[in-house]
Amino acid sequence: MIHLPATLKISLRALRINKMRSALTMLGIIIGVAAVITMLAVGKGASNKISEQIATIGSNLIIVIPGSTTSSGIRLGSGTYQNLTIADSEAIRNECSAVATTAPVLNGSAQVVYGNQNWASGVFGTDENMIEVREWTLASGRNFYDQEIRSAAKVCLLGRTVADNLFGNDDPLQKTIRIRKVPFTVIGLLEPKGQSMMGQDQDDVIYVPISAAQRNLFGRYFPGTVRSIMVKAVSTDALERAETQIRELLRQRHRLGSSQEDDFTVRNLTQMMQTAEQASRVMALLLAAIACVSLLVGGIGIMNIMLVSVTERTREIGIRMAVGAKTWDIRMQFIIEALVLSLIGGLIGVGLGIAIAEVLSFLTEWTILISLYSILLSFGFSGLVGIFFGFYPAYKASLMSPIDALRHE
Amino acid sequence: MTALIETDQLEKRYEVGDSVVHALDRVSLKIFPGEFVAVMGPSGSGKSTFMNVIGCLDEPTAGRYFLDGIDVSRMDRDALAEIRNQKIGFVFQGFNLLPRTSALENVEVPLLYDKTHPKDRRNRAREALKLLGLEERMQHHPNQLSGGQQQRVAIARALVNDAPLLLADEPTGNLDTKTSIEIMELFVRLNEQKKITIVLVTHEPDISAYSRRIIRFLDGRIVSDRENRP
Repeated sequence: MIHLPATLKISLRALRINKMRSALTMLGIIIGVAAVITMLAVGKGASNKISEQIATIGSNLIIVIPGSTTSSGIRLGSGTYQNLTIADSEAIRNECSAVATTAPVLNGSAQVVYGNQNWASGVFGTDENMIEVREWTLASGRNFYDQEIRSAAKVCLLGRTVADNLFGNDDPLQKTIRIRKVPFTVIGLLEPKGQSMMGQDQDDVIYVPISAAQRNLFGRYFPGTVRSIMVKAVSTDALERAETQIRELLRQRHRLGSSQEDDFTVRNLTQMMQTAEQASRVMALLLAAIACVSLLVGGIGIMNIMLVSVTERTREIGIRMAVGAKTWDIRMQFIIEALVLSLIGGLIGVGLGIAIAEVLSFLTEWTILISLYSILLSFGFSGLVGIFFGFYPAYKASLMSPIDALRHE
Repeated sequence: MTALIETDQLEKRYEVGDSVVHALDRVSLKIFPGEFVAVMGPSGSGKSTFMNVIGCLDEPTAGRYFLDGIDVSRMDRDALAEIRNQKIGFVFQGFNLLPRTSALENVEVPLLYDKTHPKDRRNRAREALKLLGLEERMQHHPNQLSGGQQQRVAIARALVNDAPLLLADEPTGNLDTKTSIEIMELFVRLNEQKKITIVLVTHEPDISAYSRRIIRFLDGRIVSDRENRP
């Protein structure tokens, strides 16, 4: 078989002789590879960002909200019916095998005051399981005690935004804030989660015991009723099972006949997010596939130039054959030449792609993620393109008759 | 003594339209090791076809050809390439050197296609060039060399594999008289000192005069085959 270093040297010399032509041929591959890398980096960054956001709402999350009421023939929309109770929340926690835990929610908006500062925030009456359901971490302080939930203790947990607005740099623990003029003692501070996928600030939140919320803040609700129940399934695979179990349990508890519609709605938040993540991943792959087309076009450029090169160097091929080059010696020479062309192009393309992705993320503040996988993929693909499109010209060269090739002018 | 070249009823036919052209018509001859043979004849006489077949560049239509005792007339492309690599050195009228490639690398080319080690390759190419008095010109490219020097590089390339047979097709056709004489004297020296068998195609009597046997072709047949005393 042929000596690789010598063949490589021959290829490099041939490419150097036609610098402009080689550069233009490579350009197709460079653009292709750079496009693949950029597209994958942007797409991967987007889907990673969505995954992160999924993690912040808490994994395997299901929300149960009351159904709609009808008043004099006017349907009032979901959540207007006050038929979900703390007892429902507890029944779901205790009776559904696919459910890890639940937290009831009775929420509203309220003005909060500390010293000479005030702030309007979402106040959520809930129980001690909320921390687990939403996967909050406590930055300092402690969670509610079971006792505090039952006795409607006036204690609260603060999100970072609320704490920053009321306390600035002071430590909020054990301080008393007023929510709708009712004093509550801060017992814990939550780690920040950042924005949700819809752009809401998830840290603009105050948690209080649901009993205290009902008694002292949102008294218009009938005691024991909730505005929603947050449910955490035991695993992602159990999400659908949990949904079915919740639906069956609540229909039974609400005494609904088989012909009646549900008087509540079960929403699978995690699944919605995962769908969004999947969509962005598909989008990234689609973009990369389009970029691959330009790699393919670059490959055709290589084939074109290699065919020209083979014709131009017919006499050289004849000389090599006359002194003993075999079919595969000639074939390898031209395949390696095409490969060198495409791999150099690929290498430059990788560099250019990374540069474009970085500049793009700098200018647009998009999250980008350049994975080793995408680099290897596009570089490997450019090599395959070189071999694939180099083969036909090489094959043509290797089948020349030595006499005709030697006589070629 | 086995003949280096032995042909038996060698034929090469081309079909041009309805008629058949006999480029070689039942050619039988033997050339023994150490001979210096000139093949002569007008153009179209079949001498070039004869050289191509003898040089394993072309396959005969019929008949047999033994090179160094091996029947090469029915070999495939790659086997023929190996025979050319091992047994035959070519010298052409137009030199046929690789452009933009140094003399040294040109001489190395045949060694790329056998199993010679890269280091060995360089040394053997150097030796071959030295033998032809080109030690000062090793790094020169063909376009920096005179015609005579280029032809000597080509001869070095033909010798580098220690092939027993050297085939020269009008080797002085592109050279002036003085250089032609130099090249022909070189052939004589290689024939006498290194015992290399040389078969040379020419149409110039001055050139064939250096050989010791002259074979004349006409219409694809050998019309005379006689000894020559230089």
